[in-house]
This record gives sequence, C-alpha cells and structure tokens, in this order.
Amino acid sequence: MLIILSKATLENVYAAFVLANGARMEGIEAEIFFTFFGLEAIHKKKLEHLHVATVGNPAMHMPTMLGGLPGMEALATTMMKKEMEKIDMPDIHEFLDIMVASGVKLWACRLAMDMFHYKKEDMYEGLSEVITVGDFYKQGSVLGTHMLFI
Amino acid sequence: MEKEIAGKKINVNEEGYLLDFNQWDQSIGEAIAKENNVDMTPRHWEVVKYLQGEHKNNVPLSIRKIGKSNVIDIKEFYALFPQGPLKISTKIAGIPKPASCL
Repeated sequence: MLIILSKATLENVYAAFVLANGARMEGIEAEIFFTFFGLEAIHKKKLEHLHVATVGNPAMHMPTMLGGLPGMEALATTMMKKEMEKIDMPDIHEFLDIMVASGVKLWACRLAMDMFHYKKEDMYEGLSEVITVGDFYKQGSVLGTHMLFI
Repeated sequence: MEKEIAGKKINVNEEGYLLDFNQWDQSIGEAIAKENNVDMTPRHWEVVKYLQGEHKNNVPLSIRKIGKSNVIDIKEFYALFPQGPLKISTKIAGIPKPASCL
C-alpha cells in the first residue's frame, strides 16, 4: 500500500497513518510519501501543532465565517484530540514511532523539501530518506500495488 | 462451523478463529500456527499466553497497548508474526480477532 500525503490537517494525517498502520497489521507492506504540506506531519517542530481544518470543511457543520474566527481551529483541534484519546488513538509523534516499529517506510518528497527549505535534520528521525517522485514510483512498480492520494 | 484441528473437532468462525476458548490447548495453537506459516518458539508462546491473559481480563487488544505492555515491543511482535501480528497471534491463542483498527 503506497500512500501519498499532501496535507497536514489532523484529519488527513490520521487517515493516512491509520491506513498505513492497518495495512501492516494485515501483513501488507506500507509506505507513505510526504509531499507539500504533508511534510509538516514529519517536521519535528510542526508535527505537534497540527490542526483540524474548520474552514472549507462542510462536515464541521458550522458556517464558514465562524470557522475562520480566531481560536476556532484550536478549539476544534482540542475537542478532536480529546475524542481521540478516548479511543486510544496515539498522538502524531507516537503514531510515527509505532509505524516505524511496524515497518512502515516514510519518505519525504525532495522537491517539496527544497521548496520549503527543509533539511533532513529538521524532520522526524524515523524518516527513511528524501527521494524523488520517480524513486517512489519505482517502489510501487510491483504488480498488485495500491496507491492512495490523501 | 466445525473444523478438524490437531485431530479434534473444533468450532471456528469463517476466518478460522476459535469460537470457544475452552476447546483450546497447545496442540491446537501449534496446528493453527503451522497453517499460518509460524514456527512457534518459547518466545511466541510467551506472547500468546500474555494475549490469552489479557483476553481473560477483558482488556481490548491493540498494537499500541501491546507495545506498552513490557512483554514485547512492536518491532519484535512484527518479527514473530510477520503476516499480521495481532491477527495471527490471536488466532493461535484461540481468542477472537481484535476489532480495533489500531
């Protein structure tokens, strides 16, 4: 299972992590390619501060104008994190540790790394490598590979 | 449904998980392990016994909890049961497949 994560809102990051971890639990190989804003999920200084998107997210069931008010994102995020604790969902850093221990490979997109001026040292220590799109496709050239874009 | 495991007739569900733990014994676990390409070592048994204990105490099983159990870490758990640690180990242990996604 190859997963491309291009966003760093909490709901997207967790979706990618649960899918990757779930694949490993079934004995299926899993790799995540972090690109564009998805890189924040493995950026040491940013991964603890990811937020839920309150604007442009119809499932929040609040008017877009309200979602844009100061503090709304933080409030929604706190509420979501509380609910996650209840179902024993690990935080982002612990989830990364679990995935690495489970054999999930984590790749960072070279182009996006250059664009944001990130260095490998800025990133979570379990990151496998900074690679190009071509490198990532090569991993997936085996028959029966599934690829998800999140 | 009924399935013959290690020479005994055992009640299992369609995925092969035991329906009644009272029917379990080590030879059953051994046979299920073989069927799932796992060569049981004393370490495997240690983990299986731990899972059975947790199940008896009604503790829901998840990879995260097992990682924090001080019995085994996640890496070794995957090394022992590479085809799916929780899925296979619980089947060998004769307990239900955990419903958790984590």
